[in-house]
Amino acid sequence: MEVPVVELTGIKKSFGPVDVLKGIDFAAYAGKVTALVGDNGAGKSTLIKGLAGVQPYDEGVVRFGGAEVQIRDPREASGLGIEVVYQDLALCENLDIVQNMFLGHEELRTGTLHEAAMELQATKALQSLSVRTVKSVRQKVSSLSGGQRQTVAIARSILREAKLVILDEPTAALGVAQTEQVLNLVRRLADHGVAVIMISHNLSDVFRVADHIAVLYLGRMTAHLKTTETDHSEVVAYITGAKSQEGGN
Amino acid sequence: MTTPVTTIASGQEGSLKDQFDAYLLRLKAGDMGSLPAIAATVLLALLFAKLSPFFFTNLNFTNLFVQSAELIMLSSALVFVIILAEIDLAAGVTAGVAMAVYITLIQSKGWAWVPALIAAFVTGIVIGWVIGFLVAKVGVPSFVVTLAFFLGFQGMQLVLLGEGGVYRVEQQPILAIMNNNIPVWAGWALVIVSAALLGVLGIWDRSRRARAGLVNRPIAILFIKMGAVVVFGGAGVAIMNQDRSQGVIPIQGVPIVVPITLAVLFVGSFVLERTRFGRHLYAIGGNPEAARRAGIKVTRIRIWAFIVCAVLAVISGVFHASRIGSVDGSAGHSIVLEGVAAAVVGGVSLFGGRGKLANAAIGAIVITMIDNGLGLLQMPAGINFLVAGGVLLLAATIDAGARKRSGSSLARV
Ligand SMILES: Nc1ncnc2c1ncn2[C@@H]1O[C@H](COP(=O)(O)OP(=O)(O)OP(=O)(O)O)[C@@H](O)[C@H]1O
Ligand SMILES: [Mg+2]
Repeated sequence: MEVPVVELTGIKKSFGPVDVLKGIDFAAYAGKVTALVGDNGAGKSTLIKGLAGVQPYDEGVVRFGGAEVQIRDPREASGLGIEVVYQDLALCENLDIVQNMFLGHEELRTGTLHEAAMELQATKALQSLSVRTVKSVRQKVSSLSGGQRQTVAIARSILREAKLVILDEPTAALGVAQTEQVLNLVRRLADHGVAVIMISHNLSDVFRVADHIAVLYLGRMTAHLKTTETDHSEVVAYITGAKSQEGGN
Repeated sequence: MTTPVTTIASGQEGSLKDQFDAYLLRLKAGDMGSLPAIAATVLLALLFAKLSPFFFTNLNFTNLFVQSAELIMLSSALVFVIILAEIDLAAGVTAGVAMAVYITLIQSKGWAWVPALIAAFVTGIVIGWVIGFLVAKVGVPSFVVTLAFFLGFQGMQLVLLGEGGVYRVEQQPILAIMNNNIPVWAGWALVIVSAALLGVLGIWDRSRRARAGLVNRPIAILFIKMGAVVVFGGAGVAIMNQDRSQGVIPIQGVPIVVPITLAVLFVGSFVLERTRFGRHLYAIGGNPEAARRAGIKVTRIRIWAFIVCAVLAVISGVFHASRIGSVDGSAGHSIVLEGVAAAVVGGVSLFGGRGKLANAAIGAIVITMIDNGLGLLQMPAGINFLVAGGVLLLAATIDAGARKRSGSSLARV
């Protein structure tokens, strides 16, 4: 069996008395898109925040490329090659597109910011997504539309040669054309050998790009399916809790 | 002309006219920066010049710069924390305590002025670190922490200096800052060096962009900026280089404080605009959570901002001691609110994430000019406060208006 890029075993997380993750096993593979689905509040965002180092897990083992790792802060996550596009995007509105794309990873030359190099790479990353709606890479993010912001956030993750890219509802706020572009991008990322985890509520998006579908139900992983071996209604049954692979767990 | 390697614009394309149009568009969108403050400076200068024959004399023109230096330094200090959407109400008394330490070491312990000055700066650094630690690590709101320090340090100043204690500053190098001038030729050299620095930085940026294959703005814009430095800086130096003495011994030349202030502003702006630390300050001010997720060490940077603020505040304290020639227990009590006002008047946003040192400096000049001009007109002191308050309110209103306009463009998406 192929070694997963990331493998979670027995992950638990609670906020005070509320157990949000109740012992999760999960894996994502290089070159594959793994969709993480589940109802509102199932714990999807919480699960990925642990991988991002934003909100460490209480218990459980994280293996990255087969080796056990501790991800205590975002810098460690990004050091491993994990990039995250958050549901709320996490962009600084007062900075421009280039500055946001390189935030925390600024290019330096003789100790000072190398704006030209950053601008060039940012522009190329955006071009590789065939972005046409952005007028200037030096626009402030405050002047961008929701879809444009999403594009910037995704382009940011492809700038760094990430091994694992996590997208939290990347298409939720997008129109038809931009959704199409983002899904194409997600597929292209995986084809380049990146492991992609995509959270989505939109099952038709999921069936379009995902290789695997993992279903969270109230803090438990109730199913891990191959997209080719399942269908829409079965996934819905898992999401709503009508069905479970764990067998009455 | 090489063809650009990119198809998405960078905002540097087009002729001089295109660039100018784009600038006007930004102004209309509410991105006005220091422009209202610059307009205010010009209007006030014209008004005071009309009302008082003394306002535009060489002596008063020079005085204006000397007087504004303390406030420029203090409002610049505050910019570092205001960018983070924090505040340091203790900046003034931090300077007061540091100078109390300075004078105490000299008077009671017989220290030389250099180590005493170093001790004053170390005091500032420690205070800045403690405030930063309480704000960033412990999580106490900066308003509360620094208000507490503001109150406590007034007591500390009295403890160090005794009730009503006034100590003369007798160290010539300290006194020289505000009271002596650089030679006439050095004043001209200052203008040339300033323009040259601007040019070198501009060319440096352009060559980096050119090597990356990116478009550059028309080089004329750089020349225009350098020309402005030469013309306005040259005019200022020309005035300061005239004899302004009212007695027999000629007094001429740019006050020493001017190049010191310019150097600090230059270094500070360089740090804010061209280093990772500066970039991270703006990022934290814009969206702390985004900064944290990007791997920025938010706590550490916040602490550093308070340290930088304290250090610049101590410089302001040194200027103050140099100007009035003494250190007393009440130094730095009132200047901090003026410092905040100056920053806001100059276009620094108290909401964080926006503002430059140049904004604070121009704001400080506006506030100082009001003081100076009304003083010349022999207005009662109360009027000063009323006018300064009015200007602050006006500036804040303009800022809020601009914010609303750019906010409405956000609401459209
Ligand atoms: N910081 C927190 N403190 C307390 N409870 C939290 C916190 N973060 C999340 N929760 C709770 O944990 C549960 C799971 O939240 P999470 O955001 O992971 O859900 P989700 O699957 O991403 O949902 P959605 O589809 O709505 O984004 C929810 O009940 C939420 O209220
Ligand atoms: Mg979520």
